[in-house]
Amino acid sequence: MSTYPTLRVHSFQSLGAVDGPGLRYVIFLQGCPYRCPYCHNPDTKPYNGGTEYTVNDLCDRAERYRSYFGKTGGVTVSGGEPLVQRAFLAEFFAECHRRGISTCLDTAGMVPDDGVRAVLAHTDTVLCDIKHSTEDGCRGIFGTSLAVTNEFLAACDELGCRIRVRHVVVPSLTDGEDHIREIVRMARAYRNLETIELLPFRKLCTEKYAKLGIPFPLADTPECDGETLSRLRELTV
Amino acid sequence: MKAEQWMGFAGGDWQNEINVRDFIQKNYTPYEGDASFLAPATERTKNLNRKLDALLAEEAAKGGVLDIDTETVASLCNFAPGYLDRDNEIIVGLQTDKPLKRAVNPFGGINMTRKACKAYGYQLSEKVEREFKYRTTHNDGVFRVYNDAIRAARHTGIITGLPDAYGRGRIIGDYRRVALYGVDRLIEEKKRDKAQIASFNVEADDIRRLEELYQQISFLEKLKTMAEMYGFDISVPAKDSREAVQWLYFGYLGAIKEQNGAAMSLGRTMTFLDIYFERDLKSGVYTEEQIQEFIDDFVMKLRMARHLRTPEYNELFAGDPMWITEAIGGMGVDGRTLVTKSSFRILHTLYNLNPSAEPNLTVLWSRDLPEGFRRYAAKVSCDTDSIQYENDDVMRPVYGDDYAIACCVSAMRVGKDMQFFGARANLVKLLLLSLNGGRDEKSGEQIAPAGKRFEGEILDYETACALMDEYRPWLAGTYVKAMNMIHYMHDKYAYEKLQMALHDTDVHRYMAFGIAGLSVLADSLSAIKHARVRVIRDETGLITDFETVGDFPKYGNDDDRADAIAVEQVGKFYEALKAIPTYRGAEHTLSILTITSNVVYGKKTGNTPDGRRLGEPFAPGANPMHGRDASGALASLNSVAKLSYDVCKDGISNTFCIVPQALGADDESRHSNLCGIIDGYFAQGAQHINVNVFNRDMLVDASEHPEKYPNLTIRVSGYAVNFHRLSKEQQKEVIARTFHGVM
Repeated sequence: MSTYPTLRVHSFQSLGAVDGPGLRYVIFLQGCPYRCPYCHNPDTKPYNGGTEYTVNDLCDRAERYRSYFGKTGGVTVSGGEPLVQRAFLAEFFAECHRRGISTCLDTAGMVPDDGVRAVLAHTDTVLCDIKHSTEDGCRGIFGTSLAVTNEFLAACDELGCRIRVRHVVVPSLTDGEDHIREIVRMARAYRNLETIELLPFRKLCTEKYAKLGIPFPLADTPECDGETLSRLRELTV
Repeated sequence: MKAEQWMGFAGGDWQNEINVRDFIQKNYTPYEGDASFLAPATERTKNLNRKLDALLAEEAAKGGVLDIDTETVASLCNFAPGYLDRDNEIIVGLQTDKPLKRAVNPFGGINMTRKACKAYGYQLSEKVEREFKYRTTHNDGVFRVYNDAIRAARHTGIITGLPDAYGRGRIIGDYRRVALYGVDRLIEEKKRDKAQIASFNVEADDIRRLEELYQQISFLEKLKTMAEMYGFDISVPAKDSREAVQWLYFGYLGAIKEQNGAAMSLGRTMTFLDIYFERDLKSGVYTEEQIQEFIDDFVMKLRMARHLRTPEYNELFAGDPMWITEAIGGMGVDGRTLVTKSSFRILHTLYNLNPSAEPNLTVLWSRDLPEGFRRYAAKVSCDTDSIQYENDDVMRPVYGDDYAIACCVSAMRVGKDMQFFGARANLVKLLLLSLNGGRDEKSGEQIAPAGKRFEGEILDYETACALMDEYRPWLAGTYVKAMNMIHYMHDKYAYEKLQMALHDTDVHRYMAFGIAGLSVLADSLSAIKHARVRVIRDETGLITDFETVGDFPKYGNDDDRADAIAVEQVGKFYEALKAIPTYRGAEHTLSILTITSNVVYGKKTGNTPDGRRLGEPFAPGANPMHGRDASGALASLNSVAKLSYDVCKDGISNTFCIVPQALGADDESRHSNLCGIIDGYFAQGAQHINVNVFNRDMLVDASEHPEKYPNLTIRVSGYAVNFHRLSKEQQKEVIARTFHGVM
């Protein structure tokens, strides 16, 4: 193991106002095993792209935004699937905590092995995406596992992370009322649940796909309209 | 001394000397609550505002000017009283006899007046032409003394916007004095000062001051007469809330009748007025609803203030602005907040009367501001895009707690400081001129004395910087000399008699310089340093273009490699200015503020090493160049925050545009996140931020369908503007600006 732990970073966003509590410095990690058809960052999927940064360097970067964090903000690590790099991610979050910076993890969850637990031990808030309300849906459409996500959320609960469950509403794919009710029911099982956020499916990434020369799987699906979203949001409160 | 109108006020030094701050400190009531006490617009207010809206629509339909009186020169008593709706107005007074009718004011320069009349289909009357045939204007004076270098700098645009043909503005009379003391007391004090000066040795400077005091006193007399025409005796102090607003407004009205200065700030009036309001609310003389009516009415009057200007002037200062800047809130040096209920009331006019560009509402932000006010201001920003924020925590240590903002970002102690304002030096052109041995990059004209120039093929950073060091003193010297001449002549031929009468006689003077093109300069030098820049010459050997290969760090990404260049260049230019003495011993200050003139500066500037093409707009103020701040909003703010306020005490302007969805998921989090952004930015010592929260799509739609958005107000460099008063070109540039959005 190198003396300087590093993370493979896709990009940074200095103003994250919708990625966890308060204002957050968002780090997008490279690499993701899933195949969500609405993925907005298809360029974060390959494991070999991105730029390597040392944990210390990343902390120094985050420190530049400390004055904006206030009492609620901090660092959010997103991706890609950040838990792919769980070993050094745990070191990064630990270093953030040493420096007094709050941490937030944006993930779809993974089997809570020791590596994942080490990350969660230094995670204040988890934004966990439940992709679908059924195991078949999760496996068939997204390449995730509902059972694993639930196992992961149970570990978050156990380790005292605040939980914000997220779910993307895609017309005719994930916009059924029963489906949403089922996700709400699952989420409410966790003691540390703070919020359930329904995110509308958007097509802002169409251009990105075109640039990368890969087809956008949901090119023909319409965006989620505001009316549907507010109707479904009613079910989450 | 005691006046009967002061009953109920706590006494102090303010009674024995002109000292408004002392009156405020002894009497004001800090307010730490929320906005729930505010009163909605009354039917009367709504009706009056509908009348005003109809007039504004008529004005817009006529191309921006409703009417001009070409026969009557603007002054305090030259027009019969005018009204919007005499029976229903609470606060009265217009610049001319009809609302939105503009007067001619040729004291700054008769050419401008002639041109402005013509541009709107009028002709300046024979009468006024005759009157000014034998009168020297400020503009005449300046051109009698300009040297060749100044003329060349002016027509090539390396110095742009010199106030040599119009009123200089940026002077803030302490209009509160009229209400607190009444005019007779002010005259008495000025007479005493005059007698005292005359009793010492009298040299040229003293004689000038004596004549100025004579003029100040004569205009205070005129101010009384002006108020009398409206049926008020303002020789005595205001006796209640309504009179306090009316007296104060008369002071301001007198100033804008006399002067068509480039920026005519109101000052810092709300906490002062609040003392009257609190007293009268307590004694039951007025209700909250009535107090809000006074403010609503007052603000409607301010929204009717107009000056007659040429279309070229509007190209530089877009949107027909007056910069009626009111500084709101802030903290006192004793730690109490200066936020009062009236700080809320003035912001509330944006709901009662709809959003508007004027007055230019400026919140003095501090980390210690009460939570209720912070939240309310953030809400108003998200709802109306009509307010700007300036960092009280960096200004208070310099100016104390009774300063106001002239124009957009220039702090001055009210009634104690004045400033000689003018123009901006185009630092991008300085770079190009330096490479070209003193020749202008567009015309090829030799404007600075011919000296060293860049002889090679591939630019290197050290050589480029060394060449700038050669030519910088020439530019700074030319600039200071032009400003000295302008302000000498303005004092001589267009002295602000009433506004200066509302200052202490011993006034501190600033001379406020400006720079334009900072981000383009920083990126160009960064390109020279970090990429490979080859020069391209025309047949005369003039460098007119660059071929830049490779990437380079860009200002606006919190990357010191680029940001440090910006910081260094600003510091160097300030030092160069300071080396040249100023007229009347004014203190040099510098601003990074371009309003919408960044479009004009860009037009006048050739190709640059950063890849910007000839004629393309600069970024406004201290903003990073559009689209180059690729690391998100906070990285962009961090870059600007590195510019030192100590070097740029005249202000550093930054305009921030964000789409609502990127600021937070709901209103509540948007408001708190906005507070967090301002806190974080200001904690690093930054001075100013304009906040716009809207989608680009809406601006595009508004540009195509103006009728759908009659009140659309947006913030540009240091002020707000009605979107439709911008030219199509300016609208395009605003739409092109970086909007911080969702990933």
